[in-house]
Order: sequence, then C-alpha cells, then structure tokens
Amino acid sequence: MTQEKYDVVVVGGGPGGSMAAKFAAENGVRVLVLEKDREIGIPVRCGEAVGGAGLREFMEPKGAIISSPIDSFRLISPSGIAVHSSAEGAGYVLNRKVFDQELAILASNAGAKIQTRSYVTGLLFDGDYVCGVKYRFQNQEDREVRAKVVVAADGVEARVGRFAGFKTVTKMKDMETCYQVHLANIDVEDGVCDFLLSNKKAPGGYIWVFPKGNRQANVGIGISGKFSAEKSPKKYLDEYIAERFPNASEINSTLGGVPCDKTLSEISGNGIVLVGDTAHQVNPMTGGGIVNAMKAGRISGKIIATAIKEGNVSKKRLSEYDREWEKTVGKINERFYKIKEFTMKLTDVQLDKTAELLVEMPPEKRTLFNVFKTAVRYQPALIWEVTKIFFG
Amino acid sequence: MIGIKQEKCDYCGTCVGVCPVDCIELSDSFIQIVHKICIDCDLCIKICPIEVLYKVEKN
Repeated sequence: MTQEKYDVVVVGGGPGGSMAAKFAAENGVRVLVLEKDREIGIPVRCGEAVGGAGLREFMEPKGAIISSPIDSFRLISPSGIAVHSSAEGAGYVLNRKVFDQELAILASNAGAKIQTRSYVTGLLFDGDYVCGVKYRFQNQEDREVRAKVVVAADGVEARVGRFAGFKTVTKMKDMETCYQVHLANIDVEDGVCDFLLSNKKAPGGYIWVFPKGNRQANVGIGISGKFSAEKSPKKYLDEYIAERFPNASEINSTLGGVPCDKTLSEISGNGIVLVGDTAHQVNPMTGGGIVNAMKAGRISGKIIATAIKEGNVSKKRLSEYDREWEKTVGKINERFYKIKEFTMKLTDVQLDKTAELLVEMPPEKRTLFNVFKTAVRYQPALIWEVTKIFFG
Repeated sequence: MIGIKQEKCDYCGTCVGVCPVDCIELSDSFIQIVHKICIDCDLCIKICPIEVLYKVEKN
C-alpha cells in the first residue's frame, strides 16, 4: 500500500478546507487536500449568496466568481407584506463552482497540494492521537497518508469527525433540507434579494429569490427536517414556482442539507480539528455557511501550523481554535440559534402583524430589539424566549 | 430495508448528515446503504430533498 506523509491532511475541498489549507501552508507546513469528487466545486450544494463584508476579508469581489451584486433585501411576510432594507455592497450571488475552484487555487498557490477523487474511508490512530487518514484513490486504489493534524472539512456528511468520536450528527429539526433552481425568463428586480417567511409555504425555513441579472434568479427553499417527512422541499418549491413564475424555464437545480445548529461543543481533539458545516458553524438563522467556514479555516490553519512547529498537536494546544472561534463567531451564532427557535414559534398571522408594524417603523429604528418587541406584542408567551435571546 | 432510486440521486450528502449509525457511503456519483448496520429509522427517507430514498417492505 502506498503510504505518504504530510504535516496536515485536509479532508474536503470546499471553502473551509481550502482556507484551512491556504493559511496552514502560508505558515510553513506541508499540506495535502483530499477532495472526494472528480472536480472541486461540484456538485453545488445549494445557496450561492454571501455577505459582502465577510467576503471582502478574503478577496476582492470581482471577476467570474461573482454572478451579481446584492444591494437590498426584502423580508416578505406570509400574506406578502415586504419589509425593505438596503445597503450598498451588502452581498453577492456567487458562481459557486468558480468560487470554490478559485479558493482551491489560492490554497495551491500558497503551497498546498490538492488531490481530487480521493474518498476518505477512515482515520489512522497512534494511541489516542489521530495521525492520518485512509482513502480510496480514483475509486480503485486504497491508500494511507500520515499527518500530524487532520482537518475534517467534509461538509454536511460530517463523517470524519465521527470517526474520531465527535458527535457531529445533525438533529432532524436543525437540518434544513434545501432545493434550488436557476430560473430564466422571469420578472424579477435585479439587486433585490427576497426572503419569504411562511409556515404554509416553507415550514421552519424560508423561500429565497436571488436575482442573477438578465431576467434570471436562483429560487430556492429550505425547510426544517421536522416537517420534511410529509412533503419534500422540492414539492414545496415546485408549487411556489408554478404560482409565482408560471412561464419560467429551469436552467439547473441544486440541493443539499444545511446544519442550522449551534457550533459543536468541541471542535478540536488530539491531532484533529473540525471546520465548516461538519462543525455546525453555519449561521443557524440564515443558513449562510460560506464565510463562516472560511473564517474557521483561517483561524484553524494558522493555529495548526504554529502547533506543528512547536511539536505539540494535543487537544489542549489545538483548543486555542475552539476559544478563538467562540470569541469571533461562535457566540454570535448561539444568539442566532435562539432567534431561529423564536421565529419558528411564530404563526403566519403573527408574522404578518409583525411585518405590518415594521413597515411603518423608520428603517433606522428596525433594530433587533424593536423587531422582537413588536413580535412579542402578539404573543406575550414568547417574552421568555426573547429574554433568552438578549440575556441568556 | 431502505431502497435507493440511484438514477435520481444528486449526491448532496444530507442523508449521511442525519444518519444516527453512519451506514451510508456516498462519494461523487456513488451511494450505498450498508444494510448490516442500518437500523431502519427512516430519517434518511424523511430528510432527502428530492425523495430518492424509500422504504422496502420485507416479505
């Protein structure tokens, strides 16, 4: 059996894996990225929208990675009341495949080696330390590669962490099951992203319309796994499209699952760290995970490189990543999780009434606190939930 | 037992993420359920975005 040796093996060539690889390689360690698919960036697994500020931390938002800019958002209530907010450069709809490939190229330019068609089937252990992975290369050859640190960035499947004993399984209620189509020949306002909340049309989630210019848009849905047994997200979306865009043509469809949860309580162990969806680092309210995974990759990549140079890759040493994550994003995500739980308790009537009041409120007064104060007016029983959001 | 409509699957991996016993192998254009490990909890059927998985009644 072929046995190779690297300082770091990254499992998964998505945004989290590529950024962990880039920042580790830049800091002077040898990195191998194993991607199971035959091409980086496909299949695209849902959602291509990303926040502008987060993206600009990593790259200039220009060129082929961008499909179209977003400069305003509309939150639409079940009966169709739209709450508008705008901000220039607020976000972008990406060409996700090109974007993921660009990130892999950045990692590669920093010195990491990227290898596709490499499906990780297990971990190697030295005592209670992870010390490499077993993988199937090009669907025919079993290989092993030893590493001082393994980065599990294997996405929603989250198997690599499980191999090391992390509890990465997503609860049904927190798994948003999603379906999206790229539609052409539709009447849609460019630059405006719509988020439609409705317990009837998208239970435990929302429908989105992200315009791509030239009478095109990504139209998608995510619903909570708590509700998907009765009706799949595809069925919900097909109904919505038939009603709203009856003359549309479908250019492609993508699908996927998003763990909308708090971050796992532990994201590092002896010789291993977890990055991105696999670590439940998605914003649990919006389901946006691209920038969060990149941030986690950046934090962990630097820490891993330093730890390897110090000759100490123990859980204790690597848990600097846990603490750094908690400080920068983890804490915020905990609050977003509570907001998600709160929103899921609102009925369609309450959502409509809240939207009505928000529309009358001047945009600068639409703070998170005022939004909740408004929502609670129609369901006093939720005061406790709001208290948890702000003080819990 | 769980059945798979192979030609329908898009390999998104959502089923793998909710499987409590880690009995689904999935890569690129390959999906397989390891029936020896599967406990027939049906969570994969319930979560699939496009209804690829289905229940096969035992005779």
